[in-house]
Amino acid sequence: MIPIDSTGMGGASPAPATISPRPGPGGTAPLTVESVGKVFGRHRALAGISTAMNAGEITAILGPNGAGKSTLLAIVSTLQAPTSGAVRWGDVELRRGSPARAALGYVGHDPGLYMDLGALANLTLFAALYGVPDGPARAATLLERVGLGGAPMQAPVRTFSRGMLQRLGLARALVHEPSILLFDEPSAALDPAGVTWLGTELQRERDKGRVVVLVTHDLDAAAALAEHVLILRRGRVVRDERRPGPWGAAHLRAAYEESCRG
Amino acid sequence: MAEGKPGTGFWAQALRIAGKDLAIEWRSREILATSAFLAVVVVLVFSFAFVVGGVAPPPTVVAGILWVAILISGVVGLGRTFDRERDGDAIRALLLSPVPRTAIYAGKLMATVVLMLGVELAVTVLVTVFFNARVGDNAGAIAALLLLGTIGFATVGSVFSAALLRARSRDVLLSTLLYPIVVPLLIAGARGTSNLLDPTPDYDAAAFWTQFMAAVDVIFLVVGAWAFEPIVSGD
Repeated sequence: MIPIDSTGMGGASPAPATISPRPGPGGTAPLTVESVGKVFGRHRALAGISTAMNAGEITAILGPNGAGKSTLLAIVSTLQAPTSGAVRWGDVELRRGSPARAALGYVGHDPGLYMDLGALANLTLFAALYGVPDGPARAATLLERVGLGGAPMQAPVRTFSRGMLQRLGLARALVHEPSILLFDEPSAALDPAGVTWLGTELQRERDKGRVVVLVTHDLDAAAALAEHVLILRRGRVVRDERRPGPWGAAHLRAAYEESCRG
Repeated sequence: MAEGKPGTGFWAQALRIAGKDLAIEWRSREILATSAFLAVVVVLVFSFAFVVGGVAPPPTVVAGILWVAILISGVVGLGRTFDRERDGDAIRALLLSPVPRTAIYAGKLMATVVLMLGVELAVTVLVTVFFNARVGDNAGAIAALLLLGTIGFATVGSVFSAALLRARSRDVLLSTLLYPIVVPLLIAGARGTSNLLDPTPDYDAAAFWTQFMAAVDVIFLVVGAWAFEPIVSGD
């Protein structure tokens, strides 16, 4: 179970993303999924998914294997195009080629790094690809923030432990100060300390007013972290519910089992 | 540290991606070492087979050996360049960045060409030594043929390597798919080189093959740039 840190510690923060849509009623633009469908050949992976993911809120996307969670995240991240429907950030459509893609940060179970480059070189490269000013300084700040300030900077990151790689992967995703953070099973293969650390980081990013989306099988983590839960089954939304505080593991598990039954 | 905002134009991003690949290679020297080793083995095997009694084979054979060595070593280098994108799922992070896909293609292409040219330099020296080839007489024209052949090879190879990023038997598939398509370049390169290595070089024929390769390169470049985005996006 991931402990909740409600302190919302803020780190050194560079200039905010330059691309931002018109804010929603909450002050920061929500991410809306509008009737999104995805068909692979004759297999329908998603059917008419609609939901809204608010800024300053963690949305957990849950569901059994094959429910369409990762497909939905791939569409939100613009890596896959939907067969039908659209994803919007405020009034801006998120799709491949849209400048608003620069507002996205993605953390998967793989770190998304060049394994033969050093930690600083990786972050500096991605900072440059996103046009972040003063990339090396930004990279150094992020390395400190994720607890890798003392790591060997010149060593290829393939020599890092799994936990170190995941920390570096988060730093890579944050290098351009994204407004939307997407996590796909980020705690897979992390030890308990790493899972705790990651939970704290997710809350920290939520408290900065970002849209945080977490795809996971870990119901305990989702219960501890998420305010908004979206349960998918066979490519459809079977539960879309918000709570003002943590869900509680027992309650979420019961809701999940009820939703996925039958 | 008052560093300005880095350039995010097409060529700035393409050069950044090429620079990243070359920096990785500089650290590991993996592609250069394996490709050069393979090329040397090929040249040595051919030298044992064709140099009989100290007599070098005719220019047509020497040119063929040179291009076969380049082709075989090139596939190894190409595959490894894209393996580095697959390790750690770096390709996903790269595709999520706001860099145009065609700039990614151009960057990978430039890095592959530079690495292949490095190997080709070593192979050409070896062929010159082992087969007593008259490379120095028309070094500029032969270099142009090699450059055009390398660009064409890397242009098609980068597209196929990207398409096979997540395939299981990608090494076998890359050779199977790539060799038939680059055959026109191989033939033109070998014929043009042979014309230039001859004791009485046929410059008109060499010029024809050079122009032919340039035309093939243009076609490959246009098709490659057009095909890369949907292929790498999985559409």
